[in-house]
Amino acid sequence: MDPQAPILIVGAGQAGVQIGESLRQEGYQGELLLIGNELHPPYQRPPLSKKWLIEPGAHTALALRGADSLRRRRIDLRLDTHVTAIDRAASTLQLASGERLDYSRLAFATGALARALPLPGAALGEVLSLRSINDSGAISAAIRRCAAEQRPVVVIGGGFIGLEVAASARKLGAEVTVLEGLPRLMSRVTAPIVSEAFERLHRAHGVELVFGAQVTELKGAGGRVEAVRTADGREHAAGCVVVGIGVMPDDRLAAAAGLACDRGIIVDDCARTSDASIVAAGDCTARRLADGRLLRLESVQNAVEQAKSAAAALMGRERPFRAAPWFWSDQYDIKLQMVGLSHGYDQVVTRGDLQKPAFSAFYFQSRRLIAVDSLNRIQDHMQSKRLLDHGLSPTPEQVADAQFELQSLLKDAKLATADGA
Amino acid sequence: MPQVTYIEPDGRVRTLEVDAGSSVMRAAVDAGIDGIEAQCGGNCACATCHCYVQDPWLDKLPPPSDDEALMLSNVAAERRPNSRLSCQLVVEPALDGLTVELPDRQS
Repeated sequence: MDPQAPILIVGAGQAGVQIGESLRQEGYQGELLLIGNELHPPYQRPPLSKKWLIEPGAHTALALRGADSLRRRRIDLRLDTHVTAIDRAASTLQLASGERLDYSRLAFATGALARALPLPGAALGEVLSLRSINDSGAISAAIRRCAAEQRPVVVIGGGFIGLEVAASARKLGAEVTVLEGLPRLMSRVTAPIVSEAFERLHRAHGVELVFGAQVTELKGAGGRVEAVRTADGREHAAGCVVVGIGVMPDDRLAAAAGLACDRGIIVDDCARTSDASIVAAGDCTARRLADGRLLRLESVQNAVEQAKSAAAALMGRERPFRAAPWFWSDQYDIKLQMVGLSHGYDQVVTRGDLQKPAFSAFYFQSRRLIAVDSLNRIQDHMQSKRLLDHGLSPTPEQVADAQFELQSLLKDAKLATADGA
Repeated sequence: MPQVTYIEPDGRVRTLEVDAGSSVMRAAVDAGIDGIEAQCGGNCACATCHCYVQDPWLDKLPPPSDDEALMLSNVAAERRPNSRLSCQLVVEPALDGLTVELPDRQS
């Protein structure tokens, strides 16, 4: 390995850009190359399933950073560049163009791939999934055609992406059917009381929700999808189909190079991989927790915070990411904010108005707060985030008491000033 | 074009020409100003674009919305009377000269 060779970052999304910026903040003075396989400069993905579907605009409006920003930080950007292999023994990257690039250290920020539907008809025209800015543009156009032709948009999957697409499609005037295999929405990550609130919300906006729907086949004519068939024999007419059944961490290059992977590049809480000269951050990772479990998170916060850890690790410093994970989703006029990991909860206590809805679900495990989902309850989210980050927990009784102020716990711990709401 | 001045966490001062209608946050991330993260991209959902508005500009800005005020209640760095979220500050000609100081941490 040539210690003067550049640090290479594979993947130019949220995590990749942040690794570059954080390396400069950590004092790295050498060459830095950010390699992206898309045509567009680094952009934000969260709006792709939200307002961008309704109003696609110029790429610059979605840019993660301006070109000036990368120049100022001396981060070279190569777009439309495909890495085909890593040679760890020689410390080189092989590009599809045939070129080889030397590295001193390497960072993976390769993101995730949309999970494909392994069913007959999945390759028909107008069967779409969402990952990139181009995907978002194609889905937006397909929804508009459906609205104009009065043909339904069928969304497969009642998770975040599927529901955000459904909400956007309703705003564009299309009929929408959501097919969910399980008995409720977002069931992997939320309590039934939260699922039910979103069920009411989508139904009130005219979305047809079908639960327990086992999709068996997509049927088409002239190469274009026309219906989605489910195991109960029903056929759901479709002008287009949006598949939102989750993502798979893109660990292909890392796995092929022999790095430890398990549906994601395995990293510790400092973003280090099984190779001391390679780090990884963002959607492509599976983080080993203290109890041995692997945590896969797909969120901006995870990308940014792991990237900071990764940059520090490349400079030989430990900067573990242990903050409570948080996430948000916009559907109609509801802002859903989630913090913590609710997996393993044994009690849920709500606070606020369930019907409006403007409430939060507080998840407890053995009477200790582990996660909070907030619907239009910003103050609950912000306070809970601080509580979880500092290992503080209200009791379930305190949460149930509308008069009790969560902020008082932060004040007692001297984490809030008197002016805090 | 209105000018906005940023005081970065390490004390460096940079002045940008900002298009009217753009936000103080957007202009900063485009130009590579240190000290603003803006993880949610301007949706008032994360409070990682916290800034301190310098005199005399605080009173010339529209007051924070209810959402912004709630987000400000638990920012990572110290909250001060002149704390605002820069994604919610829209630049206009009357704000030419606006100066904001950026905290040493956002998350």
